[in-house]
Amino acid sequence: MNGFDSYQLRQRATAARLLLSFVFIVLIGAFFRTQILQHDRYQLRAETNRLRPIPLEPPRGPILDRKGEIIAENLPGFAIKLFAPSRDSLRAVLERFSAVVPIDSADREDIAERWATARYQPVLVLGDASFATMSRVEEHRPVLPGLIIQSEPKRFYPQGRAVAHLVGYVGEVNERDLENDRYPGAVAGSIVGKAGLERSYDSVVRGETGVRYVEVNARGRLVRDDVPTGRLPPVQGAPLQTTIDLDLQRFIDSIWPPGVRGAMIAMTPKGEIRALYSAPSYDPNLFVGGISSRDWRGLNEDENKPLLNRAINGGYPPASPFKLATAAMGLKRGLVGMRTRMPLPCTGGYQLGNRYFRCWKKEGHGNLDLMGAVAQSCDVYFYQLGLRIGLANMLEDGVSMGFSGRSGVDLPSEWASFYPGTLEYFDDRYGPRNWSAPATTLNFSIGQGENTQTLMNMVQFYAAMAGDGVEVAPYVVAQRDATQHSLGLNEEQLLGLRRSLIEVVQAGTAAASRQRALSMGGKTGTAQNAHGADHGWFIGFAPADHPVLVVGSIMEAAEHGSWVAPYVAQALSRYVLGPDTSGVRPYLPLTPTVRDSAPRAIETTDSGPRPIPPATPDSSSIQPVPPR
Amino acid sequence: MTPGRLDRALLGVALLLIVYGMLTLYSAGQTDVVTDAEGVWTRQFVWIGVGLVAGFAAFKTSFRFIEWLAPAAYVLGILLLVAVLFIGTGAGTAAGTKSWLAIGGMRIGQPAEFAKLVTVLMLARHLSSLKEPPRTLRDLWPSGLIIGLPFLLVMAQPDLGSALVFVGIFFAMLFWAGVRPRLLFMVVSPAVSLIAAAATWSWLVWIVLVVALMVVWRPYIWESVAVIGLNFATGVGALVLWNRLAVYQQNRLISFLNPEADPRGAGYHLIQSKTAIGSGGWFGAGYTDGPQKRLAFLPEQHTDFVFSVVGEELGFVGVLIALLLFLSLFLILVRVARRAADPFSSLVVFGILGLWITHVFENVGMTVNLMPITGIPLPFFSYGGSFFIICSICLGLALRASWDARLAGYTDI
Repeated sequence: MNGFDSYQLRQRATAARLLLSFVFIVLIGAFFRTQILQHDRYQLRAETNRLRPIPLEPPRGPILDRKGEIIAENLPGFAIKLFAPSRDSLRAVLERFSAVVPIDSADREDIAERWATARYQPVLVLGDASFATMSRVEEHRPVLPGLIIQSEPKRFYPQGRAVAHLVGYVGEVNERDLENDRYPGAVAGSIVGKAGLERSYDSVVRGETGVRYVEVNARGRLVRDDVPTGRLPPVQGAPLQTTIDLDLQRFIDSIWPPGVRGAMIAMTPKGEIRALYSAPSYDPNLFVGGISSRDWRGLNEDENKPLLNRAINGGYPPASPFKLATAAMGLKRGLVGMRTRMPLPCTGGYQLGNRYFRCWKKEGHGNLDLMGAVAQSCDVYFYQLGLRIGLANMLEDGVSMGFSGRSGVDLPSEWASFYPGTLEYFDDRYGPRNWSAPATTLNFSIGQGENTQTLMNMVQFYAAMAGDGVEVAPYVVAQRDATQHSLGLNEEQLLGLRRSLIEVVQAGTAAASRQRALSMGGKTGTAQNAHGADHGWFIGFAPADHPVLVVGSIMEAAEHGSWVAPYVAQALSRYVLGPDTSGVRPYLPLTPTVRDSAPRAIETTDSGPRPIPPATPDSSSIQPVPPR
Repeated sequence: MTPGRLDRALLGVALLLIVYGMLTLYSAGQTDVVTDAEGVWTRQFVWIGVGLVAGFAAFKTSFRFIEWLAPAAYVLGILLLVAVLFIGTGAGTAAGTKSWLAIGGMRIGQPAEFAKLVTVLMLARHLSSLKEPPRTLRDLWPSGLIIGLPFLLVMAQPDLGSALVFVGIFFAMLFWAGVRPRLLFMVVSPAVSLIAAAATWSWLVWIVLVVALMVVWRPYIWESVAVIGLNFATGVGALVLWNRLAVYQQNRLISFLNPEADPRGAGYHLIQSKTAIGSGGWFGAGYTDGPQKRLAFLPEQHTDFVFSVVGEELGFVGVLIALLLFLSLFLILVRVARRAADPFSSLVVFGILGLWITHVFENVGMTVNLMPITGIPLPFFSYGGSFFIICSICLGLALRASWDARLAGYTDI
């Protein structure tokens, strides 16, 4: 064949060699680019392929009372987690795990659910394993693939139930919170505050999450859990100094009558909260390391709603304690003085058109001045005072005194107290022709009607009266809300109101609660309850001449405020006089000597519609926020 | 035969590649997770044994006998390719294709590998029988038929990777037979037009270039018309052809152009391969210690992506050594083909070179996204029986060609 002579072949061979060299230079160049020039990028990619970050939970900052006593701290604990490539494999391992440490099937399902929200992260199985549990699990490591045991500080509340609603509780952050960035800096698996101070000041006490890496294979199975690269230690959260007086807080818990629902708040006139208690309480330590579904069901389905913080989330009709607000409005507007008498003496009721509004005392109080009317809680006096102020003014003044909306306390999810701002509210709700302004005025003047207050809001009002007449946002750590509500009263008027409240305790409705060693002032109240026995109020302050503490309490189904008063009195003397004096002995509830029964606008001949109480006067309709 | 006539360089480089391949295959099986690659290196020993026997037999066989046998072998190869379309089975990653011949459920080989070798032999016999190298498109039709038949049959399996090997063999052998490059360009131009049709502007540029070259080169009028017509036809037909490709083939092509388009699906293999290779750096993670391979992130690490193991564990240096060994092998083959005693053996050797270079470039190229992913083995590295045996026979033939040349008195070989 032609074309195979030596010369032509040499030419072609040279061309072939050049072509081959070119091809290999291209190949070598491609590898040089990938392996040398882009090495860092692929190195990183390889690491992300095989290394999974495991967050290291930081120890939360301690929460301290005003004297440095511990409300919340950390104990050494062990978190047991599982790494799983698939749901089925997780179920199988949990099955085997249950043979070592029993976990009921509902909790196992729960764990599987939580795994599904972050598949590439280890799922928490036991959040607060003891050393013994940890050792037992460790022995079974060969049959528990993906097992991760981490020493993790666990939250501990030495005071338990006594501080539950104040301090709140912690739990693993859920997916929704992460999506909404409700906890900035939190990552899947982070422990965050779910309620109380733990929630409000989560960003302070949480600290910074650390990280370590484990090695997994292409199927997501754990291969090595001690990779030294990239380890970042967690940073402990800052300590949280509160205004709480732990001795008082514990004392309130110890004297609280068992089985009674309610709340108590102790606050200085400047708004520093010294104690905040809600009953029934629960043990916040139950939530540490993930609450078991049985405990959670127990707390959630209890008809007494232990998770509800009745101090800031329970709305109640303010009743008689609100008469001081009516009095303050009258004083502020110059309509009355402390010695002013009303045209009609109390004869046991008040005739308004064709309706008869009763005073709680059938036989009547006779002719009283404002001082006496507060002391005796005379409804007829306040009916007339209310009519003198006028409904529009009462609504305006009530809003300016802060009865509409939240107190602004630095605790999460406070319920907004309800108080209408203008007359239009009634027009909108009942229709312009279907309500009577004077009748509504009478109801409002004694704290009934469309007026629902939290204990916090009421205590805030009394704190202003006990202090300089300005309501500030109450706080446990730091004032969060700079809004102030002035009562618009001068020093003399404030003194007059306080004197009348001292009268209540000296001679009036709470006379039985007088403490020999300590003079105090305060006001009883009885809030109507459509669902059962009436709720009792008492808000008081001490010492009488120079108040340093205001304590308010509501006890559901207590029938009367005088039943509540002794507990408040004990709390006040405990704080002012210290633990050595009286009040340490258990106090027997008093039989009410007088019945401050709520006035009812009962009139048989009245055919007009009666005002309907607002939608949520009762705590039973308020749902606690679930922890996950 | 006297000692000293054995091509020690050729044999030495080939043996080095076989050893390198075995070491890599052993490492591919060293994983923390159970994979298919576990223990394949022991089975590969069997294939090496069979391969050595087959290679030695080929070395002992006269080229005249092979030339005589070529048509029969070619017909057998075609028949096997036809048979595999009807009774073929899939295997491994290519379970959906019909590329394996099985008897009683036992897979006995891939006829496509056998067809590659016999096509080389047949084409070499045809080209060496010509008085002149083909000068026109018309002269090329017997060569086109010899290649086109197995090409289409392999495409029908479908096995795009192997089909491309026939194209590689075709152009390598025509070039070596003395066909002028411009004729090769004319043959290859419709294929380029097909690829250029991916974008309208690139296709227009291409068509203008083809027309211009036809004007400058002035081949026969009918040749110009045919070439331009074919370029138009393939350019327009590209879309039709694309739609006829199987979905997995389309995905492979798409992920070749943009691996990140579907990182968990079609792009997964490529991304993992590049990750393994790229993380290797200069010296790699160390022999048998590549984390991506150990943790099974690297797919098909004993067959299609065996070279990624070299990249991850031995780094750029290991890759360079392997590639230089291949380059040495190919340069030696060029030398053998040039000094061969007769055109037939020369064309056979160069055809073998065309076969191997296509395999190497396709396989190694796809691990770094230089070529689309086609399941095609790397000579001497990938696990597999049929292909290793074919490679051994090729090696035996090349050694024989070199031996014959030395016998014929070419002292500089």
